Amino acid sequence: MIRTLTCAALSGTLLFSADAKTDEKTTQQYINTLTELGFPAPEENELVHIPPTMEDLEGSELHPELKRVIRRGHDLFTNTQQLRGEYVFNNMNCSSCHLGEGRMPFSAPIWAAAVTLPDFRGKNAHVNSLEERIAGCFTYSMNGVPPEYGGDHMVALSAYHQWLAKDAPVYPQQPIYGRGFPAPERPEELSYTRGEAAFQEKCSVCHGDDGGGLSVGGQTVFPAIWGDMSNNWGAGIVRVVTAAGFIKNNMPLGQPNSLDDQEAWDIAYYVSSQERPQDPRYTGDVKETLEQTREAFHKHSMYGRIRESDGQMLGDHSNLGEKPILKPDTVRPRTFK
Amino acid sequence: MEKIAGILVALGLAACSGIAFAEVEGDAESGAVTAGVCSACHQADGSGKNVPGGESWPRLAGLGAAYIAKQLHDYQSGARSNASMMPFANMLNDQQIADVAAYYASLPATQGDGGEDSDEAVLKRGQQLAERGDWSEYIVSCKSCHGPGNRGAGDVFPGIAGQHAGYIEAQLQAWKAGIRKNDTQDLMGSIARRISDDDIQAVAAWLAGQSPEAN
Repeated sequence: MIRTLTCAALSGTLLFSADAKTDEKTTQQYINTLTELGFPAPEENELVHIPPTMEDLEGSELHPELKRVIRRGHDLFTNTQQLRGEYVFNNMNCSSCHLGEGRMPFSAPIWAAAVTLPDFRGKNAHVNSLEERIAGCFTYSMNGVPPEYGGDHMVALSAYHQWLAKDAPVYPQQPIYGRGFPAPERPEELSYTRGEAAFQEKCSVCHGDDGGGLSVGGQTVFPAIWGDMSNNWGAGIVRVVTAAGFIKNNMPLGQPNSLDDQEAWDIAYYVSSQERPQDPRYTGDVKETLEQTREAFHKHSMYGRIRESDGQMLGDHSNLGEKPILKPDTVRPRTFK
Repeated sequence: MEKIAGILVALGLAACSGIAFAEVEGDAESGAVTAGVCSACHQADGSGKNVPGGESWPRLAGLGAAYIAKQLHDYQSGARSNASMMPFANMLNDQQIADVAAYYASLPATQGDGGEDSDEAVLKRGQQLAERGDWSEYIVSCKSCHGPGNRGAGDVFPGIAGQHAGYIEAQLQAWKAGIRKNDTQDLMGSIARRISDDDIQAVAAWLAGQSPEAN
């Protein structure tokens, strides 16, 4: 008996250390892939989490019904266009901005939302749940109307977020490696003209001369960067700093960090100076809307500003793109009682 | 052989146009005549041929006209090089290139060969790479540029579903080795350089078995 126990304990230890070694090796390879592509290695105190894949899901021991819901979430995330005309009114998918099915560091990996929410957000000045955060993406980035809280779409999308966070600590104290779209330092001067030239040279082959992207047979291949088919003026990526981070870290596709910092910022400045559907918080007057939203949100966007190339005031219109209403009823102040 | 040589001379004499190719509109009917010279390899129906262990000839039937025309111009300029193709491309003037491109674009796409004997795990891996990529290795999916069903997107990104496995594999290897580099902004090259030989084989095998036509 004692002998069996010892053996079991020993093999347990061996198994454990073998696993730990494999984990360490996997993590190192993961980081090597990123650093080879020009991303920074994690700082010593940063939390590195490798989100599981859909293949891992199939091999896991989760309840079959939960697997089905997570699969649906993944499907909605990567083909959000299936909700077009109901909840989505532009040509984007969640995965248009959150690359690698929402898993990639430096591309706003979505598992971070699952371990840091509910949390207070300055954008709407209250504590937001994961569902409300997702609703925000629908409201602004998808120029849409959020699916109902607690409904099938929301449950599926939340479950997919949480699946990607599997084994990560909740409310971590450490900063998260690769969170958001970290931008390089802003250069002293941004140039609309240089940005336009760089866009035409390096981005337009996919996103079009007019930024409208490309759809084939009703399916989005390349998302619209501005115009009616793009995100509206309330989306996070209209902030020049966020766009610069996204572009530097992810574009052109397959070539992260290939643009220099000045180029990434110039392109961001140029595309952020183009029109798009109105911010859902619009009051009927762009200046008034800007006054109300500047501190919380529009400090870093071009909304309500004069475009230097033609003197046009940006966002001074009531165009909603294809969206039938200005403001979904989920956009409202919330007071916790 | 003599017949092909005769056509070579005739076409060579006709190659004197100086019109920029983007402005030339192709005529599929004229293209059908010019395409006689292509059919020895690409076949009369444009289906090409998968040649295991040799040089596979791509299917041209149903590919986009702009893509085909660009490749022919690239062979002429040296931007793309292939010993078998170069003499044929050099026989064509801009109008003939436009015509031949319009002709092949008008033909119904045929099915690719070469993936049939691959085992299930290989095809599964190929499907993953084609449809979802492998982001842990920073390999972007084929579909993200080649469009829904990998049947092509716009003028730049050709349909690759239903292309012969031998051809896809050879092209990815050529990009990986830096031999082919006539893609816009190295978009294909930068991805090909990250793909292992096994993965190239897998994705080529899977794509060959897919339908080149929209459902």
